Amino acid sequence: MNIIDNAFSLHEKALGMRSQRMEVLSRNIANADTPNYKAQDIDFRQVLKDTQDTSMRTTDAAHFALGEVDNGSGLKYRVPFNVAFDGNTVELPVEQAKFGQYAADYQTTLSILENRIGGIRKALRGD
Amino acid sequence: MALQNIFGIAGSALNAQTVRMNATASNLANAGTVAGSDKDAFRGKRVSFKAIMDAQAGSVDQDNKGGVKVAGISDDPKSITRMQDPGNPAADKDGYVYLSNVNEMSEMVEMMAAARSYQNNVEVVNTARQLMLRTLDIIKS
Repeated sequence: MNIIDNAFSLHEKALGMRSQRMEVLSRNIANADTPNYKAQDIDFRQVLKDTQDTSMRTTDAAHFALGEVDNGSGLKYRVPFNVAFDGNTVELPVEQAKFGQYAADYQTTLSILENRIGGIRKALRGD
Repeated sequence: MALQNIFGIAGSALNAQTVRMNATASNLANAGTVAGSDKDAFRGKRVSFKAIMDAQAGSVDQDNKGGVKVAGISDDPKSITRMQDPGNPAADKDGYVYLSNVNEMSEMVEMMAAARSYQNNVEVVNTARQLMLRTLDIIKS
């Protein structure tokens, strides 16, 4: 199954991350009127870095791991242009624009995966 | 699966905005209500929101984690104005009636804001639904 794994590996993860990112944005949009809610977003670069394990290996319990501490999700607070009076940092136009962008990103990854699957199918059918 | 959570999150927001719009409708309907005492006068209703952060396992909120819920409905603290109107059957012994503290202008603005937020969340649901359907189509390629 190595070929199939290789064909999908990064894009499969990317698809999961992109849908997670849309979830974070939908949270922001849902809480656009909640006092003191702070808008969040996923740092794509951070997540990509986390998926590629660049830290030093620890082969003994006494070894210390070097490199970046893996905080998992790459979830960060957004820096707003303006903070609302009630402490809310969701800016709807920004969120909407990002949501559209991420939806397009998601479709891009889907198209790539579709192409890969199409290629594998073609190879399997042999016509 | 993150795309499925979007429905819960946006759904919770749709619900919260509906409550807000209900409160606004009630305020507007009662804008002209007069009462016989300061205590009985109609006070505008304000809905306050709260983010659903940590949902307990098994609770209703678990499906909508990250969404929004109505934290409570409170009375507008603005003071009540009284008006001299002895002919009004609701007037007290000195001939005063007590008006509601609803400001129709700000209620209209509130209604528009609620409607806009509602539309935003409908768009979110639509986009998530389309993406989900496209993901289902992936094996058909």
